[in-house]
Formats: sequence, C-alpha cells, structure tokens
Amino acid sequence: MTDLNTLKKDIANQVAAANDLQELDAVRVAAIGKKGSVSALMKTLGKMDPEERKTQGPLLNALKNEVAALIDEAEDALKAKELEQRLAQETVDISLDTRPQAMGTIHPISQTMDELVSIFGAMGFSVAEGPDIEDDWHNFTALNFPPGHPAREMQDTFFLPDDERAQGEHAKKLLRTHTSSVQIRHMQENSAPIKTICFGRTYRSDWDMTHTPMFHQMECLYIDEIGKVTMAHLKGCLQDFVRAFFKIDDLPVRFRPSFFPFVEPGAEVDIGYYKQGEGIKLGKAPEGQEQKWMEILGSGMVHPNVLKNCDIDPEKYQGFAFGMGLERATMLKYGIPDLRTFFDSDVRWLAHYGFTPLDRPNSATGS
Amino acid sequence: MKFTLSWLKDYLDTDKSLEEICDRLTAIGLELEGLEDPAATFAPFKVAYVTDAKPHPDADKLQILSVKTADQDGLQVVCGAPNARKGMKGIFAPEGTYIPGLDVTLKKTKIRGVESNGMMVSEKEMCLSDEHAGIIEVDNSFEVGTPMADVFGLNDPIIEIGLTPNRADCAGIYGIARDLAAAGMGTLIKPDTKAIKGSLTSDFTLDVQDSEGCPHFIAREIRGVKNGPSPEWLQRRLKAIGLRPISALVDITNFFTHGFARPLHVFDADKLKGGIQVRAAKGTEKLEALDDKTYTLSQNAVGVYDDSGIIGMGGIIGGTSTGCGDDTVNVILECAYFKPERIARAGRDTGVISDARYRFERGVDPAFTAPAVEMATRMILEICGNEDSKVSQIIEAGSAPEWERTITYKPSLMSDLIGYDMKSEEQLSILQALGFQISGAMMKDGPYSIKPPSWRGDIFGPADLTEEIIRIEGLDKITPRSVFAADSVPPEAETLNLSRARKTRSALAVRGMHECVTWSFLSDKAAQTFGLTDDAQRAKLTLRNAISSEIDVMRPSILPNLIQAAIRNGAQGYGNVALFEVGPVFEGTNPDEQKVIASGLRAGSNHTRHWSDANAARGVDVYDAKADALAALEAAGAPTANAQISRDAPDYFHPGRSGAIRLGKNVLAYFGELHPAALQAMNAKTAMVGFEVFLDAIPPSRNKGTEKPYLTLEPLQPLSRDFAFLVDKDVAADDVVRAAKAADKKLITDANVFDVYVGKGVDESQKSLALSITIQPKGESLSDKDIEALMQKVIDIVEKKAGGVLRS
Repeated sequence: MTDLNTLKKDIANQVAAANDLQELDAVRVAAIGKKGSVSALMKTLGKMDPEERKTQGPLLNALKNEVAALIDEAEDALKAKELEQRLAQETVDISLDTRPQAMGTIHPISQTMDELVSIFGAMGFSVAEGPDIEDDWHNFTALNFPPGHPAREMQDTFFLPDDERAQGEHAKKLLRTHTSSVQIRHMQENSAPIKTICFGRTYRSDWDMTHTPMFHQMECLYIDEIGKVTMAHLKGCLQDFVRAFFKIDDLPVRFRPSFFPFVEPGAEVDIGYYKQGEGIKLGKAPEGQEQKWMEILGSGMVHPNVLKNCDIDPEKYQGFAFGMGLERATMLKYGIPDLRTFFDSDVRWLAHYGFTPLDRPNSATGS
Repeated sequence: MKFTLSWLKDYLDTDKSLEEICDRLTAIGLELEGLEDPAATFAPFKVAYVTDAKPHPDADKLQILSVKTADQDGLQVVCGAPNARKGMKGIFAPEGTYIPGLDVTLKKTKIRGVESNGMMVSEKEMCLSDEHAGIIEVDNSFEVGTPMADVFGLNDPIIEIGLTPNRADCAGIYGIARDLAAAGMGTLIKPDTKAIKGSLTSDFTLDVQDSEGCPHFIAREIRGVKNGPSPEWLQRRLKAIGLRPISALVDITNFFTHGFARPLHVFDADKLKGGIQVRAAKGTEKLEALDDKTYTLSQNAVGVYDDSGIIGMGGIIGGTSTGCGDDTVNVILECAYFKPERIARAGRDTGVISDARYRFERGVDPAFTAPAVEMATRMILEICGNEDSKVSQIIEAGSAPEWERTITYKPSLMSDLIGYDMKSEEQLSILQALGFQISGAMMKDGPYSIKPPSWRGDIFGPADLTEEIIRIEGLDKITPRSVFAADSVPPEAETLNLSRARKTRSALAVRGMHECVTWSFLSDKAAQTFGLTDDAQRAKLTLRNAISSEIDVMRPSILPNLIQAAIRNGAQGYGNVALFEVGPVFEGTNPDEQKVIASGLRAGSNHTRHWSDANAARGVDVYDAKADALAALEAAGAPTANAQISRDAPDYFHPGRSGAIRLGKNVLAYFGELHPAALQAMNAKTAMVGFEVFLDAIPPSRNKGTEKPYLTLEPLQPLSRDFAFLVDKDVAADDVVRAAKAADKKLITDANVFDVYVGKGVDESQKSLALSITIQPKGESLSDKDIEALMQKVIDIVEKKAGGVLRS
C-alpha cells in the first residue's frame, strides 16, 4: 500500500511545479483522471474486505478531495496570473491623442441674441421679425422723422434704387439704419397690447475703428393701456435687463434725457464702470474710486405720432421702446477688444471668442 | 457746442461750482462731452523775475540767467533768447514740466558745460502763437509766481456739450443759461433789447421775393463805423471755442451766433451794388464764399443778390464780394429768418458746413429777429462806433412765421405716462421757468392751456411737456418698476424662423464648423457668379452710395463671403477651415424676397493627420457638404427621410459633384464641390465644398400636437442579407436603394450601400454596388422560403427600376 501521505506530497509538489494551465491539467489527469494515481487507488477499494474498506474508504476519498481542491486552487492562481500577464501585454500609451472629433463654435453675436431671447422671454416678451431692406416710410417717416429733418442726417443711410412698383416714401428703398422699423411693421400687423423684442442686422455708411457698415441692434417695445406701462417700467425693465445681461447684480444704471424722434420723453442709458489697472471694469466703483459712465442704449416713451402712424390710438395706448447696439454690449460683456474682428471670420478668433453649441443660453442659466 | 464758463456767466448769475454746473448739464439733457481747464494745463508755468543775466563763457548767443521764482531765488537758467535780460519778467517752467510746443519734459541739464534748471518759455513753446523770436515778456505789474493762465486770461474753463437736434435753442449759450436757471443753477440775466432809434435816413432797398424760404428779413444801415481787430475779451472767447477772430464786425456776428443762436450777416454797404434782393436760387449761380471756396447754389437755396448778381447763400454762407474788411465804414446788418427745411436741403446739396446753417436748419427763435437787431446794433456801436456813427431805422420785409401754439395739459399725465407723482404746481413752475405761458384752469388738476415759448419749436404735445418737467426734475427721481410676464410661465418667445436658425447653428457647430457673420453685401462680380446673373435685378440690389465696390450688391448667396473668409484664413496659415453662417440673402428688395439661408464651406482637409487612422487627414469632399446640409435640415425640422437627391445644383457648383436636396419641386438645399470657375472668380486657389440650406423652404411640421407616432417593439430579431448589383455607371445609388426598399415597405426597414466597385471584373460602363438589407419580421417569424421570396422580389425590382443585375 502506497503511503497516502507520500502520494499527497508528490502530487502537491507536481501541482506547485506546474507553470501553466496545460501542465496543471497534465497533473490533474495523472492524479485524478480516469487512469490517474489517485483514481487507481480508488479502484482498489472494491477489492478490499469490508473492514479494510471502512478505514481506507474515507482516507482515499479525503485524499481525492484534497488533491482536487489543491488543483482547483492552483488553477485559479494560474488563471489570475495569466490574466495579469495578458493585461500587462495589452497596455497602451494613454498619453496619445484621442481620435479627432472637431467641435465648432457659435458666433458671439448669435450668443448675445440667444441671451436676449432668454432674458426678455422671462419677462414675457416675444420676438418679432422684419426685413433688412426697408423703405423710407418704415425706417424714417413712420418713426416721426419729418422729411428733411436734420435727424435723418444723423445716420448715414445706404440707399438702393427706387422701386418703380411702389409709391412715394414706400418706393424709396434703403437698408434699415436701426431695428426700430420692425416696431412699425409689428404694430401695423398686431393690435395692442404689444410686448415684443426684435434684433438683427442694421446698416450705416460708416467704416472706421469703431464703426462697421453692418452691425446688429436689438429693439424692445411694450405697448399697453394708458398708465399701465410708464417710464418707471422702462427704467425697471432696463435696469433688470442690463443687470441680468452683464451678470452684475448692483450694476449702476443712469438715465439721461436725450432726443430720438420716435420717443417722447427720450432718455439715453448709461452703465457704470471704473478704471482697473490699464483697463476698465463694469460695476459700482469701489470706495475712493471715480464712478464713470458709458452710454449703452437709447430709450423712451413711444411718441404719440408713431402710434398714430401705426393705427394705434394714442388716447388709449402708450408704451416704451428702447434699442441697443449688440456688438458693443457683446464686447463689454465678453471682453472683446475690437469691433471689426466680429466680421473677419478669422478661425482663431472664432474658436477663441465663440461659444460651444452645447451651452445655449436659456432661462435656467439666465444668459 | 462749446462755450466757456465766463461766457455762460454773462447770462447766468450763479454761485454754483463748475462741477455742479457740469453734472446738471448732463442731468437735464445737455450732455457734457468735454471739459478743458487751461488753468490746469498751464498750472506749472508762472511769472518769474530775471535778477541777473551774464554771457555764457563758451557760447556767444547764450546767456546765463539768475531767475527768481515764488519758491526759489538765484536759480541758474541757460537761455538763448535775444530779449532775455536783467530786470525783465517772463514765464518760467521748472524742471519736470512738460513743454507742449516742444513735446519734451524738462530735465536738469548742462548746456555747453553750464548747469541749467528749467527754462524761460516763448509763446511758440507754449502753443500760444508762432512767435519764437524771444521769450515771453510780461508786464512788471504781475507778481512773481502769478500763474501764466491768469496773465493770458486762460483761466476760463471750456465746456463742450452734445446737442441733440431738437434743442436749437441751446445752440446759443444764452439758451443753455436759461435751462440751467430753470434747473436751479442760478438766475438768468436778460439782455438789453431796447430799440435804438434810427436817425439816418437810408436809401437802402430790400426786396424779398422768396418769402417761403425767407419769411422775415430785417436790415439796418450803420454808417461811420471803424472796423479792425475786435477787443481782447471778444477775441479770447472766440479763440477759446475754436473760432478765428477776423475783424470786429465779423466777430460780433459770431458772438451772436454762439451767444444767442442767432446768426447775423454784415455787408459792406459801399461794396453793394444797389439794394438786396432775396429770391429762390436758379441753381446755376456760383458764389465765391467767405470760406474762400466757390459753390454752385442748388435750387433749394435762398439766394441773396444785389445788382451785380449773387452775393450770398441765405442762412448758410456769405460771399466775398460784399464782405466786411478792415476798411469798412458803412455796414448793412442782416438779421433774417430762413425756413429750416430749405436750409437743410440747400446745405446738404452744397455740402457747406457752417455755424449759420447748423442753427437755421434746426430752427432759430422766430420771435428774436427784431430784438437781435437791436442788440447787435448796440454792440457794433459800442465796439466800432464813434460820435459820427449813424444808425438807420429798421428796414423790414415780411414777418415772423406763426409759432404760437397751445397745448392742453393735464398734470395727471406725469403719473400716467412717467409713473412719477408730482404736484401740479411743481410741474407748472418748472414749465414757467423754461418760458412756457400757462393759462389757469378751473380746477387744480387741469386741464391747463400751455403755450411753449418762441424758442422751443420742438414742443408740440403733452408728452413733450412731461419730458420738459421730468428732465428738470431729474430722471433719477423715478423709481424703477420691474416688468413681469403676465403668467408665471411666459409665452414662447422664439419664432419658428428663430428656432430653426438656432438649432441649425448648433447642429453645424457640433459638426466642427465655426459660425461666421459676414457682410450682407458683396462685389458685383461675386453676385453675378453666385446666382444674381440678371443685370436688371442686380441693378435693383446695388447700393447707390456704397462705401466700396467690393461691398455694393446685396448678396444672393453667402458662399462668396465664406470663400473669401477661407482665403483670408489660408493666408494666415489656416487652410483647413469649416465655416458657416446663418443669415439673409436677397432675391429682390421686397420684404418677401429676403430669405434666410444656412450656408457652409469646407476647405483643405477635415482633420490633421492622426496615428489612429491613415485616412484621418483626407481632403474635404462633396459628401462632407452633403452631410452638413442634411444635418442642418434635420436640425431645422425638415423631413429628410422623404427627401430626394437630384443633380440640378446651380452652376457655381461642380456639375458632376453637386446636388440638390428636395421634397418634390421644393428645393431645400444645394450641396457640392464648388465649380473651379466660380472659385477662380473669387481668386480661390484650392478646392472647396459648400452647401446652402433654404430654411424658409422647409415645410412646417404637419404634426400639430406634441405626440410622436406610436412605437411597436418587435419581439423578433431583425436579419440582414447582402446583395451585389451591377448597374450602369451613371445610375444613382440612391435609386437602387430606393428600389430595394420598395420591394417590401413593411418588412424591409433599411438598405444601405456598403461598397462601390469599379475595375477589374466589372465592365467599364458599369459599377458594382453592394447592398445590405435589413429585414424586420413583423408578428410572425419568416421561413427560409419567405426570405428567399423576399430576396427575389428585391432582385426583380432593382432590375426593373434601376437596371441592376445580381452579380454572380
């Protein structure tokens, strides 16, 4: 009778010596396979007398189980080792660049327009639209610029050839000098109350450091019954707007009397800034620093003549309007130094000052 | 509008500081645009006494001065001025001072070995004049240390305000004083307008035929005056506001123009041939004007003539032939009212910019014509007159145009329109201070009858009155009131156009394209190349007064602008660009002929080279443009699944590599490689691909509600089958795909081309298309027989519709 302990030790040594799963499998076959050494001993059980079997049976079974467990354990260890080796071989240089996935940008002017929709949308305004090619009536006359009035000369208008199909002031075609013409069309097509904003391209014949022949404006118009929309509301609406737009809660806002033919009373609106190092910073000047002001937009109570021109009864309705240049507001908000670069389409500029298409302004983000 | 503080104080009795006045100007709508205090500029320069002067040991023309200043005695200064001498007083600049005329800051220095501290300055060095023969000498009566500004009367701050076109009355300093007085800044000092009795019988004749352009003309003859330089104080004021003193008579007219917004004219009576006639100009007259230029009058001009012909452009500029010179002794003083519209038009026609035109086109005070004549006569007599001077009576033609108006005003308008509660009497007292006349009402809250003063031609209605009241009261007093949406969830703010444009932008940017904003106009050549071929239509869209011929036609397409942008970027070393713009194009000048287009352009390669993919840096091609166009359409809500692709893109695209995306007749987009000829016309050197998506052409969604169609998730797995068809080379792959799909619209859910092969084994006239078809069993599983039948159906229909033969 082979010494079971010696056999167990032999097998254990073979298991330990197995370098891979294949060798281990050979050990398994040689031990507990059909013709294995342990299996051979198990077969001798049948020939034993019952007394001997009683003592040897449990011993052999125990040996078989121990050997099987030993092999399983070794198999797990070898599998783990092999996985580890495989993973080590699969290591890549994770510092390499990822596959290219180009991402473009949204132009700052579009971003600003989306911000306007978001802010004014929350106040209950909705957007109106109008054409870039206007006529003299919509751009000037309806807005209370009398013919030959020097105010018309304040703006250098681009003119197109007259439209022979139309009559009088409607025949005189021009590029709108402001988005106020959209107000007129909107009031003609809708009845009061009116609560609308519009924005878009505007044109003036001017090209230098601070002017481009094309630029963008926004316009806000709110008409309701007498007493419902006052200059106090104009002030409130504007103050709320500029503070939300520039994201400065205590941005100082100053109203100055001014003149625009289509409003009465009219006011220009300044926002506060102060000097900081070489540059400027919007906001309330800190103690001991001079509060400076910059003009940001024009505003006023809609002139009764304008209402009349649009068939709205000024005895029953009144309201406010204001307009703002979008490039300047965008430059101030985002620190863009030069107006002319807006229209250069330089990809370096677009990539730097543009906005990701996945971060669009909405009423939850404010703007 | 410029004025000096002392000039303002001639009309405003005030103890307010300069700062208070300036702040108030802005607050009442006369925006402060500039404040220049010469006293501050010249502050370091003070009177100094030369206690000794010795020759320089090493330079013949230099002297060594010993200078006494307020702070120091015996300061050594090397000076080259011939008039520098012991015992004189001059103006001294200590070291560290900036000398404006030399543009240097003084440093302690050695001149020919002798130390010099600071300098004695000349008028030229101070930018006072061109005088540089010697240093400034000041009268001995000035104390050492007296600021130079005091010596030269430069201690008068110059204030500049921005004048809005409605405030013609404030084009004169007196008007500004009146506004400030009403705003509590002092008391208005009224001028002496008493009539002067004429003792001279004048035979001067005045004939005004153009009473429309010149409704009121007053003249007066003044004989026996002496012209010459005007007094120092008058010259100083005119210089301070940027005018050149000419002669006393002319300076007096300028004084009225700027002091009282009342332009006047003086004729030399001895140069006039006969009397003065005023007629509407013929439009051919040539006037040699006082600014030494010659102008051809326009038919809008009010011509002023004597027997010799044209002598002046009324309300704009006078002529040299009858102008006053130093030898003038007899004068015709003109004070006329010209109709603003005529002056504006004539001014614009001729391009003359003058102080007179500025005021007349805005409208001068129609009731101030006669008083101004009296005031001017008095001033002429004071400055140029003597005991022999004689004045004629008033010679008058026409009368002041009707200016009186009555406005019915209810003080409750302040709270209704402005949202500011203010007592009636407070409102009325502001109006009164501004010169409005008020007729009492029966009741305290009105209505009142209010007459604007003659100088306020801009006041017509009650809203104007509220503006007058609130600007003087202060806009800062109005408490802001927020504007809220009527409901807590505001209505949708975006229009369909806007929402389409916004989504399109996002989709294209996500595809790696950068959004540009380019001009709405472009060159005639670009317009012609990119769709606006009709000459007459292009003429209609050409600006009459363009800045440059590069941007003078309203664009029919955005592509040329994007091509130019790509070229500019390429010149900077950035040749791989993907740009887009969403904006207007113009088919005509009517509002409905303006369309919104999303247009994009790619040039160079799509990516840089990359380790992961040998093809990463492939050049852009037509399929990029097609994908861009489809992404834009998809984002904008177009039913792209139903869209067809046709070959009829415009001729600025490559005829073989471009197409149109359409829904039946309705073209939604064009895409393709740009035509080499079109690129050449734009001076582009490399190939580019682009697209144009017509956002307005996309039909609105038919689905009115928010619901999506019901979805059935099939429990059975889909299966796919591959086919290879030989078709003629010019058969569109899309036709084969469509045919295959049509074999069973219910079961075949997808078909796509996964290989296109031409070459060995395939006839030259043919190509091989490999198709993968996805079959989704519905409800019950398909038997092999069913599938075989379906495949045969695909083969049959592809053969029938596209001439395809299954490749064996």
